Amino acid sequence: MVLKVFFPSCCSSADSGILIGRWISEQNSAVILAVVHFPFIPVQVKQYLGEVQRVTKVSVSVLGSWSNSKQEKEESLSEFLEDLGTIFCHEPWIQISKEGDSKFWSCSVLQKHSKNPQEEEIILVYYDQRKVMLSHLHPPLDTAGPGAEDASKLSAIFDTVARSQVLFMTDRYDEGPIKLTHWQSDGVEASIIVELLKQASVPACMLLTLLLSLLSGISCSAWKWNSWVLKFWPLSFLWSKLSTCEQLGHRLQHLQVISSNKKAQNQNQLMRKANIFVSLLIDVALGILLMSWLYRKNRIGHLADTLIPVADHVAEELQDLLQWLMGAPAGLKMNRALDQVLGRFFLYHIHLWISYIHLLSPFIEMILWYVGLSACLGLTVALCILSDIIALLTFHIYCFYVYGARLYCLKIYGLSSLWRLFRGKKWNVLRQRVDSCSYDLDQLFIGTLLFTILLFLLPTTALYYLVFTLLRLLVVIVQGLIHLLVDLIDSLPLYSLILRLCRSYRLAAGVKFRVLEQQDGKPLRLLMQINPLSYGGVVQTYRLPTYSCYPRDSWASLCKKLFLGELIYPWKHKGDKQN
Amino acid sequence: MAEERRFLSASGVPIALRRRQHSASCRELAVRGPRLQLRSLSAATSAVWLAAYGLFALCENSLVLSAAIFITLIGLIIYLHFVKIDQESLLVIGSLGIQVTSAYASGKESTTFIEMGQVKDVVINEAIHMQKVIYYLCILLQDPEDPQGVSEVVPLFQSSKPRLDCLIEVYKSCQEILEQRKTAPQSSEIK
Repeated sequence: MVLKVFFPSCCSSADSGILIGRWISEQNSAVILAVVHFPFIPVQVKQYLGEVQRVTKVSVSVLGSWSNSKQEKEESLSEFLEDLGTIFCHEPWIQISKEGDSKFWSCSVLQKHSKNPQEEEIILVYYDQRKVMLSHLHPPLDTAGPGAEDASKLSAIFDTVARSQVLFMTDRYDEGPIKLTHWQSDGVEASIIVELLKQASVPACMLLTLLLSLLSGISCSAWKWNSWVLKFWPLSFLWSKLSTCEQLGHRLQHLQVISSNKKAQNQNQLMRKANIFVSLLIDVALGILLMSWLYRKNRIGHLADTLIPVADHVAEELQDLLQWLMGAPAGLKMNRALDQVLGRFFLYHIHLWISYIHLLSPFIEMILWYVGLSACLGLTVALCILSDIIALLTFHIYCFYVYGARLYCLKIYGLSSLWRLFRGKKWNVLRQRVDSCSYDLDQLFIGTLLFTILLFLLPTTALYYLVFTLLRLLVVIVQGLIHLLVDLIDSLPLYSLILRLCRSYRLAAGVKFRVLEQQDGKPLRLLMQINPLSYGGVVQTYRLPTYSCYPRDSWASLCKKLFLGELIYPWKHKGDKQN
Repeated sequence: MAEERRFLSASGVPIALRRRQHSASCRELAVRGPRLQLRSLSAATSAVWLAAYGLFALCENSLVLSAAIFITLIGLIIYLHFVKIDQESLLVIGSLGIQVTSAYASGKESTTFIEMGQVKDVVINEAIHMQKVIYYLCILLQDPEDPQGVSEVVPLFQSSKPRLDCLIEVYKSCQEILEQRKTAPQSSEIK
C-alpha cells in the first residue's frame, strides 16, 4: 500500500534530527509536525511528547529520522539514525535524507514486524504549516453529516495541525532540553505597527466591552420598556406596521449578540459575531455620511419644503384620474349612476386627505428634521424611514385599493352565488360542496334580477378595482425594492468577504495538489495548497439571518387572489401568524 | 514521460490529449482546446463597432461610440476570464484522490479535488446535448449511507467534449490506477 508523508515545507532546510508528528494508520499516512535536533535525551523527548499529547489530545509520537547532510552521505550518521529506530520503536520507521542542495530526497521505510516484505511506494506531500494551521475547512453542504467525518481524510490532517499549537511554542533557540524546528523557527515576519496594535488592543478591547455592556444595558431596559408599552393595543399595532421599528428591533438583537460576554465556541459563532460587528459599523458609518450630506446646506429643509407640493401633485393626479374614470375611460361605456357615486366618493376622500396634509404642513419641517437625525443609527434605519414615509404619504391609495377590492370582492361572491341559483344549485356549507336545490318561483325571479343587475354593474366596479390595484402594486413594488436593499445590507457577511479577499487561505473549500519535478527512483513529490472557498460559497455559508422571508404567495395564488378581489399583503415578516 | 495525440471534439474542433505518467500511481491527463482565433475576435469587434457607427449616424450622440468601446473591452475581459476554457486536466493520484482542473484563457484556474474514499468509479456515459447524443466521462461519487448507491455524478471535460476514442484512452488510464486500490490490502475498508 502507498505510504503518504506530509512534510512541512518550512522544515526543508532544518538540521538533522528526528521527526515528530502523528501517524494515521487508517489512511497509511504520516503528518510530520516538527524536527527535534541533536543533542537530545530520548527519555526527555518521550516525556515532552507525553505532555503535548495530554494537552492537545493529539497522538504525537516520534515517526522517523531526518538527515540533512551538506556534504557526502555519512555512513555513520545513517547507522546512528537506524539505531534510533530501535530506541523509539515506531512502526513503520520513516527515514528521509537530503543531500546537499538537491531537490530530490530519498525516503525509505523500515518495517520490522511487517508480514509482506514488498516495497511500498512513498508519496511526499509538502504543505505550508502556517496556512494549514490557520485554515478552516468547509465541507460541502450536502455531505455535512455524521458520515462525513470518516469520509474526509483531509480534515484529519487539518485537525492535527490546528490542534498542535502548543507544540509550536518552543523553538530551537530556546534554552530547554528539546530543540524543535517548525514554522515559527524561520521567524514570523511581523510589522511594528501590527505588534503595537496587538499591545494596544487589550485595553481597547476592555474599553469596548465596557461601552458595549453599557449600551446593552440601555438596550435591555429599552426593550423591557417597549414590551411593556406594546401591551397597549394601538401602539403595538403601529409598531408592527412600521418597518422602522422592525429594523430597530433587529439591530438591537445584533447588539445584544455582540456585547455578550461569552466567548465564541466555534468558528461559525466567531465569524457570525465578526460579521455582525462589521455590518453594524459600515451601516452606522454610511448613515452618518448620509446624515452629514442631508444636513449640509440645509438639504433637509428643502426636502421638507418639496414634500407638501409633491403630496398635492399626487392628489391632483388622482383627481384627474377619477375624472377620467367618471367620463368614458379608454372608450368604455360605464354605468353612469354607479360611476358618479363611486367617483364622487373617492373625490371627497381625496379632498379630506388634502385638508389633513395642509393642516400638518407647518409641522412637517420640524418633524422631518428630527426624524432625519435618526439616520445616524444606520443607513438601514434611514431607508426604512423612507419606506415608512412613502407608505404614509400614499395611505389614500391604500384606502382606495381596500374600498375597491372589498366592493369587487362582494360583487364577485354575490355573482357566483347567484350564478349557482341561476343554474338551480346551492352551496352546501355543511358538506362544503355544491348541491342541487329546488327554489321557489319568487326566489328564482328575484335572484335572476339581482344577478343581471350585478352582472351589468360589474365592468364599472372592475375598472375601478383594476386602476387602484395597479396603483397599489406600484407603491408595493417601490417599498419592496427598498426593503430588498435593507435586507441586502443586513445579511451580507462583509467580514467573511474581506477575509476571503485578503487572507484567502483561512476559508478553505478543499485542497489542490501540484506535481513537482520528479526523478526516477525517488518518491513522488506533490505540493498541497489550499483551495479557497468561492465568493458565492462564502456568502451562502456565512449569510446573516434576517427577519423577512419572501415571497409569501406563489405567482398562481397571487393571480387567483387578484382575480377574486382578496386583499394581498405581498411581504411577509417572520413574526406574522399564518392565516 | 509525456505523449500527445490529436483527436476531434464532439463539434468537430481539433483537440489534443496529453498524457503524463509521474509515477506508478500518479497520472495526469490534459485535454487542450483550440486557442482564441484572431479571426473571430476581429469579426466580433468589427460587428459591434459597425453597429455603433450605424447608431451614431442615426442619433448623432458620441456617447454611443464610447459605450461601444467600453462594451467591447468589458465583454472581452469577461469572455477570457469566465467563459473560454483553454485546457481541462485530470490528475489521478492513487490512494489520495482525483483532481479536476479547468484553465481559462486569462490564466485563471479552477480546481476541484475529490478524495479517493468518495470516488466510486469513473465511467463513460451517454447524454443528450442539444440535438446530439454525446459520450462524456464522469466520476461517480459514493453515497456515504448506501454502499451500492451513487450520491453525485461529476462530469469531466465539459467544455472540450472529446469524442469516444479520446474518452476511451482517458478511461483506460484512469482504470489502471483505480484498480490498484482494489488489489491493495485495504485496512480502512474494515468497519
